[in-house]
Amino acid sequence: MNLLNSNKLLLIVMGIVFSITSLYAQTDQDAIMMNKNLFCTGLTYNTNSWNKYWEGTNLRDNLNIGTISTNEISIMGNYGVKDNLNILFNAPYVSTKASAGVLHAMSGIQDFSAWVKWMPIEKELKHGTFSLYLLGGASLPMTNYIVDFLPLSIGLKSSTVSGRLMLDYQLGKFFVTGSETYTVRGNTKLERNSYYTTSLYLTNEVSMPDVNTISLRTGFRSNWLIAEAIITDMKTLGGFDISKNNMPFPSNKMNATSIAANFKYEIQKVKGLSLVGGASHVIAGRNVGQSTGYYGGLFYILDFSKKKSTKETTNNSSSQNK
Amino acid sequence: MKYQSIKIYFSILVITIVSCSKKVENRTDNLPALNPSSIDINAGSWKTILLKRPDTFAVAIPLAVNNVNYVAELNEIKGLQKSVTPEQNDNIKYWAAGGVLRWNELMRELVAKYNIPPYQNADGTYPIPSSANPFAYPLFPFSNPPYAARAYAYIAAAQYDALVACWYYKNLYSRPAPYKTDASIVAKIPATSLPSYPSEAAVLAGVTAEMMKLLFPTEIGAIQLKAQAHEEAAIISGSATRSDVAAGETLGRQIAQVFIARARTDNAGKAVGTPVDWANFVTITAAKGEIPWISLDNPKRPGMLPFFGRVTPFLFDTATVRALVPPPPPSTSSDQMKTELAEVYNYTNHPTLENQQLVLFWGDGVGTYTPPGHWNTIAAEDFISRNFSEVKWARNMALLNMSLMDAGIVCWNTKYTYFNPRPSQLNPAIKTLTGLPNFPSYISGHSTFSGAAATILGYLNPDRAAAYTQMANDASKSRLVGGLHYQSDCTVGLTVGSNVAQFAITRAKADGAN
Repeated sequence: MNLLNSNKLLLIVMGIVFSITSLYAQTDQDAIMMNKNLFCTGLTYNTNSWNKYWEGTNLRDNLNIGTISTNEISIMGNYGVKDNLNILFNAPYVSTKASAGVLHAMSGIQDFSAWVKWMPIEKELKHGTFSLYLLGGASLPMTNYIVDFLPLSIGLKSSTVSGRLMLDYQLGKFFVTGSETYTVRGNTKLERNSYYTTSLYLTNEVSMPDVNTISLRTGFRSNWLIAEAIITDMKTLGGFDISKNNMPFPSNKMNATSIAANFKYEIQKVKGLSLVGGASHVIAGRNVGQSTGYYGGLFYILDFSKKKSTKETTNNSSSQNK
Repeated sequence: MKYQSIKIYFSILVITIVSCSKKVENRTDNLPALNPSSIDINAGSWKTILLKRPDTFAVAIPLAVNNVNYVAELNEIKGLQKSVTPEQNDNIKYWAAGGVLRWNELMRELVAKYNIPPYQNADGTYPIPSSANPFAYPLFPFSNPPYAARAYAYIAAAQYDALVACWYYKNLYSRPAPYKTDASIVAKIPATSLPSYPSEAAVLAGVTAEMMKLLFPTEIGAIQLKAQAHEEAAIISGSATRSDVAAGETLGRQIAQVFIARARTDNAGKAVGTPVDWANFVTITAAKGEIPWISLDNPKRPGMLPFFGRVTPFLFDTATVRALVPPPPPSTSSDQMKTELAEVYNYTNHPTLENQQLVLFWGDGVGTYTPPGHWNTIAAEDFISRNFSEVKWARNMALLNMSLMDAGIVCWNTKYTYFNPRPSQLNPAIKTLTGLPNFPSYISGHSTFSGAAATILGYLNPDRAAAYTQMANDASKSRLVGGLHYQSDCTVGLTVGSNVAQFAITRAKADGAN
């Protein structure tokens, strides 16, 4: 389960780059819960790159950076406190580099994020099952990494708090999930003590505009296989455009519409082991990279319940456990 | 229930973060009003920079304070003070911190806004900003470090001469401030015995607005609004009448013309050069057996302002510029160069976090107010607590900025005399920790600017001399560890900058302001 989410999306980069990691299966983004006392953990590898970016609304290339690529390894976990209450976390190591020009590559441990995922409503309808989820999340930089080096900074070093409402409907093996996420972003601090946005600031502190993200996903979902298509629209509520041929800045207005496909496959022979993978692409944006990304990961479920045997689920739309 | 306590925890977390104000406060947002320890009443006799005499431009004898027309001006202030809006109060508070300070901050803002290299043409050449067509892309100016150094210097020098003339007439006519003449007028800024005719606020507004027509022509409208706000603050605060302001603005604009005339003939207009000139640098350097500098921008961009080194300096003549140019850098084929190149590689191969932070703190690259702007910030924020009069503020900022501009001239002259390659050109494995400037390496601009600034500031503010030296060393070192410069570029740059500033110290010792 991957905790990467829409704030992460932004955090991963200067907004110019960013990985569409919000889209993984069984995450804070999807309508699936771990049952009580189960702990799912794993690693994902995510790579994405772009050689064109939107400077304001103008899509351009930049021969002084060529292609910017970002690689990320994340450790993740999802613990079932109750059948309808999960805690999730994610901790990534991120590295970035440019294929052209003289700018130095960057790497480091980025932001820790955690979510509480609660499913207060799960209702069997005449046809299918409806469920409602409420999520609260927060992220915090884990190291004192460099911010003021966009587009190569590994993150924006802003602490965030997010709230999300998610609705899910499953009919047989088919499902549709919609969610809206509001992310409050705390101020970040630059390595310099003055900067210009649309006016001069004499401080190292930068006010970060909030972000709202809407996501819609649909596809096939059974106990052993999930295959889905996702469209995500992220909007920064405020911020300013990169002016012509200027450098990107943490508080730019970073918007992106992305599409993605994901799968999650439970390996039948090894109980508790699953594979995930997917691809994503930004189809429209503003002050972000036109990035394409791929990811893959491996997860394993540990059972901490008193009785050794794990509960076998039925075709429950919203409980995923093995 | 467990999840309810978790819910509560998260609610608290959300509320805490949301309630934290996102508003960012600037270091100079809430300054106290400037309250000079001396009004420097004799500043009219201080040595001017371009003006031959403080009374080169005549200012008419003001009306007597009992003249009916002057009484009407006092009534205007009384009327305005009856219904002061919060915005007007904020405006008074803003300008009360110091006119020279605020105009300096506005200059830094403009420099940062316009410090963006032009985007290339379709054929891989680059457009050049044109003062004749400033609104067309690329906007005029591209306020890169040499342009910025010169702009700061012209503004500061013109403000200084204008205030010396202002003080000359203040002392000559001795018209008291409105709040002195009429007890019912409130002094909304600290009351002093400084005569009000002509208004120093209006002199500053006039001279600066007029200079901007040359330096930032697309901003004339916005600057004019600032000038009006500055003058309005002077009137509503009870420190100047309409005629104090009118006389001041006229005087300021007249004096600006002297500086504009100089600027039009100081060779800055020829600093870009031609493609033939650019090719010549390569030929000359190669003929000496040295590896010539090559632009590492893609597409290759002509070096920044190759003939800025021929701009007429403020503190000395052009012959002295040549005398201040240091001996050549280590030959590109020498062992010393190999050693210095290896040193740069070692710093950048696995950079420490501390060095990365240092590089970015002093980076002052694209989209910033440049290294001269950084030193203006350092100086201004130190001067705030010194309680200088406006004229003393202007004098000190002029000395700083003439040093920075002349340091820039000598530095650029050196750069294009030796046309020395950057570390990343000689070893492409050297990756930089901030943007690589598009001009030759020797000598480091940051080091030269910083050496000059630290030296003149150390003279003006001796208590902080050691701190300024440390800052200059840090700024200089940041260019080495960031992969932009060799050690020689930095060491020699600091020395050359300091040598330039000695001329400012010599001037300061004899300008009558001590």
